[in-house]
Amino acid sequence: MEIIYLLIPLSLLLVGLIVWIFIWAIRSGQFDDMEGPAHRILMDDDNPVEKKEDDSGNA
Amino acid sequence: MLCTDSATLLCDCVSCSESPAALTTPIKPPDSSPAACFHCGLPVPAGLDLTVSIDGASQPMCCHGCQAVAQAIVDAGHSGFYRHRTALSPTGEALVPEFIQQTQVYDHPEIQKTFVRNTGAHEHEAALILEGITCAACAWLNERHLGRLPGVLDVQVNYATHRARVRWDDTRIKLSDILQAIHNIGYTAHPYDPAQQQQAREREHHTQLRRIGIAGVLGMQVMMLSVALYVGDWSGIEENFSQLFRWIALALTTPVLLYSGTPFLSGAWRDLRNRSIGMDVPVTLGILVAFGGSVHATLTGRGEVYYDSVVMFIFFLLVSRFFELMARKRGAETAESLASALPAMATRLVDDKGIQRQEIIPAAELQPGDRVLIRPGETVPADGSIESGVSGVSEALLSGESTPLTKSPGDTLIGGSINTESPLYMRVEKTGLDTVLAEITRLLERAQQEKPAITQLADRAAAWFVAGVLLLAGVVGLYWWQHNPDSWLPVLVSVLVVTCPCALSLATPTAISAATGTLLAKGLLATGSARIETLANATHFVFDKTGTLTCGTPAIVDIEYQSDLDEQTLLQIAAALESSSEHAAARAINARVSDNPLTASDITNHPGAGISATVAGKTWFIGNPDFVHTHSNAAIPPEPSSATGATHILLADADRVHARFSLQDTPRPEARVVIDALQRAGKQVILMSGDNTAAVRAVADQVGIDNVSSDMKPADKLRAVQALQQQGNVVVMVGDGINDAPVLGAADVSVAMQAAAQISQAGADMILLSNRLDALSSGVQLAQRTLRIIRQNLVWAVSYNLIALPAAALGYVAPWMAAIGMSSSSLLVVLNALRLTRER
Repeated sequence: MEIIYLLIPLSLLLVGLIVWIFIWAIRSGQFDDMEGPAHRILMDDDNPVEKKEDDSGNA
Repeated sequence: MLCTDSATLLCDCVSCSESPAALTTPIKPPDSSPAACFHCGLPVPAGLDLTVSIDGASQPMCCHGCQAVAQAIVDAGHSGFYRHRTALSPTGEALVPEFIQQTQVYDHPEIQKTFVRNTGAHEHEAALILEGITCAACAWLNERHLGRLPGVLDVQVNYATHRARVRWDDTRIKLSDILQAIHNIGYTAHPYDPAQQQQAREREHHTQLRRIGIAGVLGMQVMMLSVALYVGDWSGIEENFSQLFRWIALALTTPVLLYSGTPFLSGAWRDLRNRSIGMDVPVTLGILVAFGGSVHATLTGRGEVYYDSVVMFIFFLLVSRFFELMARKRGAETAESLASALPAMATRLVDDKGIQRQEIIPAAELQPGDRVLIRPGETVPADGSIESGVSGVSEALLSGESTPLTKSPGDTLIGGSINTESPLYMRVEKTGLDTVLAEITRLLERAQQEKPAITQLADRAAAWFVAGVLLLAGVVGLYWWQHNPDSWLPVLVSVLVVTCPCALSLATPTAISAATGTLLAKGLLATGSARIETLANATHFVFDKTGTLTCGTPAIVDIEYQSDLDEQTLLQIAAALESSSEHAAARAINARVSDNPLTASDITNHPGAGISATVAGKTWFIGNPDFVHTHSNAAIPPEPSSATGATHILLADADRVHARFSLQDTPRPEARVVIDALQRAGKQVILMSGDNTAAVRAVADQVGIDNVSSDMKPADKLRAVQALQQQGNVVVMVGDGINDAPVLGAADVSVAMQAAAQISQAGADMILLSNRLDALSSGVQLAQRTLRIIRQNLVWAVSYNLIALPAAALGYVAPWMAAIGMSSSSLLVVLNALRLTRER
């Protein structure tokens, strides 16, 4: 059972990592728009006749 | 992660009317009318033949505005928008010179200082509020369209908040070009200062998420250890392991208590300082007692620990509050977009060593004592008094009276009113929060914060309840301490936690917030939350005719004249008289005259009747026959047989009637369905109008209303509505014009159309954002469901507490059960309320 002295600190490290990732995700705006992305993926143009980067690409 | 799931859940609910399934069946204008505008869904006026070729098919358009917008969308290669959209678009408006002028104001570097960020040498970034976003495809369209403009580096449209962030290269494109490009595809954008409320809200949102996330992640660890301890109690556990688990649980719970639990701790502290007892007091007491007892047990190595109860309690409470905040946020953001009246800039006059110089500064930087120049057409930037100059000033924004008042030196000017004639020099007296406009905004905000009576009752009851619980907890704790010293702590914690009246306090506000959000998605903005309850109990619906039941855009169908003047001249005179009126009839007449060489002076507006003014030195009257009869000596010609329901407006001078304009207005295509639905639901529907009997009758027959009153002045309508109210009826008034403002004020619930005069909107409890009536009948159903859900919630909260309290006091409830019981009771209430957002 002594393995627990290794596993528990390991799990605590993992928890710290998860918290850090979560805070990073909040800060980078991942949770700001919870609706748009879900729709946006459905609206990708299936027949991209027009080139998207025609002018702003060389900016 | 739990918190992520819950956030997604909420967002799904809010947008349920646009669920992904709906995306596969793109919205088409209603089939009932054969010729509905493909772009905005309004009926195409008879005889108008405007089309735009979309995806190879020729589609009808209702006006030049829609045609221009649709053409711009197709030309830019975005015709996919029409396949993907799930809601009709706002009616297009042509690009007018004033609008271009307005947007150019935003190019001024001084003005840009407030809302533009420099991100590079020539790179700028601004935040924009987008108006007219009705579905996800709109966000997509704006993003694509702007992204294609040369010089625009980056565009991000936030569909949830209707805000956009644009980054552009100053050497290649100007901000005004971007704003005009947005206008071209049928939306309105105005910059806003994200440093203000929006940013504060975003920070709040982020903090809440962080609190929930940390409570969730650390809480799971604590619970894992607790399970080990509980199992250990059963099957035996070595002392050193159980002690280790306790210490680690303590280490994990402390940040949850101190960081995630802050809102409760500080709330309780605030309550205590104010000597009032709120919901946070027993929550905090429960948390602290449980935590303190556990720490004691950990240090001494004797007794039970309740760390799991502490984290669970904090986590679930935070989640409930987060749901509530999310629902509330949406309403606030919409209301914010509507309020933008003061101009962004002002022309200040500076004395530069004897030479007078004009400088353009942001209106926000004006100080009392400054002298400003207000050119014709400009909006007064602050409150002040005129130093020199005489001009007509329209205070329509405040008084609803669209006729400009003549103002001369010494008179006061109110910020937000519009200078109509000649330049004015004003000395600024009040700025910012001291202005009349700011005061009105504050009044509106206060009205919006009004809590429904039922909430106040619940809050008062909750305060008494909390006091009772604390007292009882003390008695119970003392009793158990004397009779069974081992278990006084868990029983005390259970009593405190299980009876937390959160569910009681959340019952109403969450339901109202959820309903407000859903109403908004349907196109009905509720400005006062109290009104949702009243709407549910409404017995009578009173409609105005023009602009409400009808499209509000009547056209002249016939001109009969007996005059020495020709038709064109008569029209010009009429247009000059009506030039400052917002009435629908005025717009029809003005639409027939372009570049009017005539102007009217001494305009007097008699709301609901007519207008008198001087044109070319002669006094003219225009209005309904009664008005012309009372004001001029003209003989009134007999009414023509008007089975068609046309409205007749007479143009007369002091001696005789020169012309009769016949105007016809068509009912809104959805009016019949909405009225049928209301009548089926057992509501009385009444049509009150200032128009003549035949015209009102004709519309009433088309939409299916039996109860009709015509020839009513604003005062008559007011009396009629008040008479209904005295019989104990709950009256909903739906109207649009300035003449409806008093009635809207008197009705139990007032609903204004978005195209309504601003004063009607300001006084209205609800605004039909899409100008479509459909939202009304579904709004009533939703209001009734809301009321039902509030009652369910209250019944649940009260009966839960009645059962749980005695059980906890008798020691049948362990602290962890209490935490789950109380939290799930709150969650149940919130989730029940969120059902309101799951409606099509």
